[in-house]
Amino acid sequence: MKQRIVISGRGGQGVLFVTRLLAEAGLALGMDVLTSETHGMAMRGGTVISHVKVGGFKSPLIRRGSADMGLFLTLSDITIHGDFVNTAGYRVVNTNLSGEYLFVDATTEAREMGSLLVTNLVLLGYAIAHRTLFCDAMVMKKVIEKISNNRNRELNLVGFQRGLELKGGQQ
Amino acid sequence: MEQRILLGNEAIGRGLVESGCTLIASYPGTPASEILESAVVFAKESRAKIHTEWSVNEKIAYEVALGHSYTGKRSAVAMKQVGLNVAADPFMRSAYLGVKGGLVVIVADDPGPHSSQTEQDSRYFAQFARIPVFDPSDPAEAKVMIERALDLSETYELPVMVRPTTRVCHARQNVPCRAPQEIYRKAEFKKNPGRWVATPQFLTTLHRELNEKVDIIGSLKNFLPFLTKGKGALAEYCIVSSGVAYANTYEILDELGFLGKVDFFKVDLPYPLNRDFIQKVNTGYKKILVFEETYPVIEMQFANQSICGRISKDVPDYGELTPEIIESILRKFLPAPVPEKQEAKEIKGVRPSLCPGCPHRASFYAIRQTFPKGIFPSDIGCYTLGMNFGAVDTCHCMGACISQGAGLYHAYAADGPDYPTIVVTIGDSTFFHAGIPALVNAVFTKARFILVILDNSTTAMTGNQPTPQVGIMADGCAGNTVFIPDLVKASGVKFLRQADPYDLPVFQNLLAEADRFCRKDDGGVAVIIAKHPCIMNGQARKQQVVYRIQVNEECNGCKVCLKRFECPSLVFDENKKKVFIDQNSCIGCGVCPSVCPAGAITAEKMEVET
Repeated sequence: MKQRIVISGRGGQGVLFVTRLLAEAGLALGMDVLTSETHGMAMRGGTVISHVKVGGFKSPLIRRGSADMGLFLTLSDITIHGDFVNTAGYRVVNTNLSGEYLFVDATTEAREMGSLLVTNLVLLGYAIAHRTLFCDAMVMKKVIEKISNNRNRELNLVGFQRGLELKGGQQ
Repeated sequence: MEQRILLGNEAIGRGLVESGCTLIASYPGTPASEILESAVVFAKESRAKIHTEWSVNEKIAYEVALGHSYTGKRSAVAMKQVGLNVAADPFMRSAYLGVKGGLVVIVADDPGPHSSQTEQDSRYFAQFARIPVFDPSDPAEAKVMIERALDLSETYELPVMVRPTTRVCHARQNVPCRAPQEIYRKAEFKKNPGRWVATPQFLTTLHRELNEKVDIIGSLKNFLPFLTKGKGALAEYCIVSSGVAYANTYEILDELGFLGKVDFFKVDLPYPLNRDFIQKVNTGYKKILVFEETYPVIEMQFANQSICGRISKDVPDYGELTPEIIESILRKFLPAPVPEKQEAKEIKGVRPSLCPGCPHRASFYAIRQTFPKGIFPSDIGCYTLGMNFGAVDTCHCMGACISQGAGLYHAYAADGPDYPTIVVTIGDSTFFHAGIPALVNAVFTKARFILVILDNSTTAMTGNQPTPQVGIMADGCAGNTVFIPDLVKASGVKFLRQADPYDLPVFQNLLAEADRFCRKDDGGVAVIIAKHPCIMNGQARKQQVVYRIQVNEECNGCKVCLKRFECPSLVFDENKKKVFIDQNSCIGCGVCPSVCPAGAITAEKMEVET
């Protein structure tokens, strides 16, 4: 199994954390992993994108039009980075507006749970429940337990679980 | 071997700990910042005794590492590419004098550039200094190259550079890790004035010896580039690449069906380029393509006019070699079909801006309000983003703002006494890095401007590394605190005040007072320390009063707050033609009510959560 994934959002939304989770999940499954991330000034609220490639690649980068799936932490990110995903690929978007993508209102769910910080985990849970990613919920839960810091571990798991259970919307 | 997911910079940090380095010095800068941080973590994990430090600047970091190496112990210094400009002085001479214990110089380049003021190629700098340089293509390889570099350094008593780029530093990969090597060496500095003092009379010999070392390294078989052999009809063709350009090229050759059909070389050590390899390529192939970032370092060493590369402009002579660019060049170079090009439209994303609640925003607002016609030299850090709302007019290199301010002053003052107010802004870490000599110089040469030191008690842009004034060292232990006001006073400044920029009226008054001081007969440089911790500092944030901010019906949609204050939490509702507060991102700093001319923004003190 090989998969090329892009994660798009604003600096501070947890794009890097999702990148790490996916990379660790690849490792847990014995796959070769390569990611590429945005650090530095762009992280100050600017639009950022991470690339994740699992299953034996050499280059950390994904070209426009060749990602197999994309996670978009805000709807506007899909206008900026949506074309990274190939025509047959999955686009999973945090929004309450329907469109040609899978979507779930992760922000509202996260706010109900008392922390917008888990928006990314709700979206990730939703994406995994809809079989758009290379790993399953069991593997991801273990990874969340492993790399979350003590303060956020419980909340992260709850956010992820909520994402798994949400119905969301289809294309 | 145990595998771990490591960021490129973590792999480098791990490599330093595994190879028995006993000192690692650095100054934070994207894309190099995580190298030292991760070395601290791995050192703690394996209980390796390593002195780690955030030095005040890269020149100092280099010299600390150099001194350590003189005793026979292994050391490392890490920085971003423009950091090497600062460290150029010790770097150049260290090639002549050499080292004892291995010294690896990690310089992270930023082709693109993504987060830098130039896209210079440090391999070129290494060649300039005649220092060997490794060019890793991924995190796992970067770690291996750290060890190879240290071995090479010790064998030839030369500093050796490892030059990762952003795409290696900020890539994550499964990396094999082994237990750290424990090298017990007693510090032993052997006096040798002819070498360690090296007055000019000794340098001709040292220069000759340096050249001999480089010649030998250029003939070593273990640095012969790795060949992915081509079988087929393309015997006249070859592709040479290094660094992440190799990784991108490999994957695209594979996709195009040319991997294994054309000879494809991977260069680990771009300088000195193996001499047998140069000969082999120049005589063995008619069509040669070179992919490297960012300057033609390999290409030039071939000294072959027929090569397709950055000099011939078959490869653009600037910028990052993205997979898209490599693909289009490969399709032209190889007998591959060129598809109908669909120009991907790049849509610009949201630009970065200062965080909601950032104290710098308040300082910049106050500066611009007080001196609408002022000139505002600034510097490198988060606060460069003050350019978004007209409060930053220049940004050059670390510490330049103070001296540029002096230069501007002397130009205007020569034309008459009615010179514009010059307000220079510099961050606390940048002030330590390169601001102190500049301030001494400005005071000494009678410049007149206001210097606002934006003291948020951290190096925010690069991930909140502590400064000497915070008093915490890289390993988390207490250091000896050095206070900015003491330094300012010692520089001869006669006007020094400190205030919290959140209190806009007080801060604006202070700026006006500082301007009056500058213009007095016996005036000079006035310094204001704008003191408020970075809101990314969780501890400090908890102690901050929080307000519930709202916009009432008085908002007339004038957008002054958006243009002059530019807080991401102030959002314009295009339908209602009014501003509203994005409560998701607003941290309730309480500054913006003072900004609204209509008095439409209200602040209500919130109960403190415990």
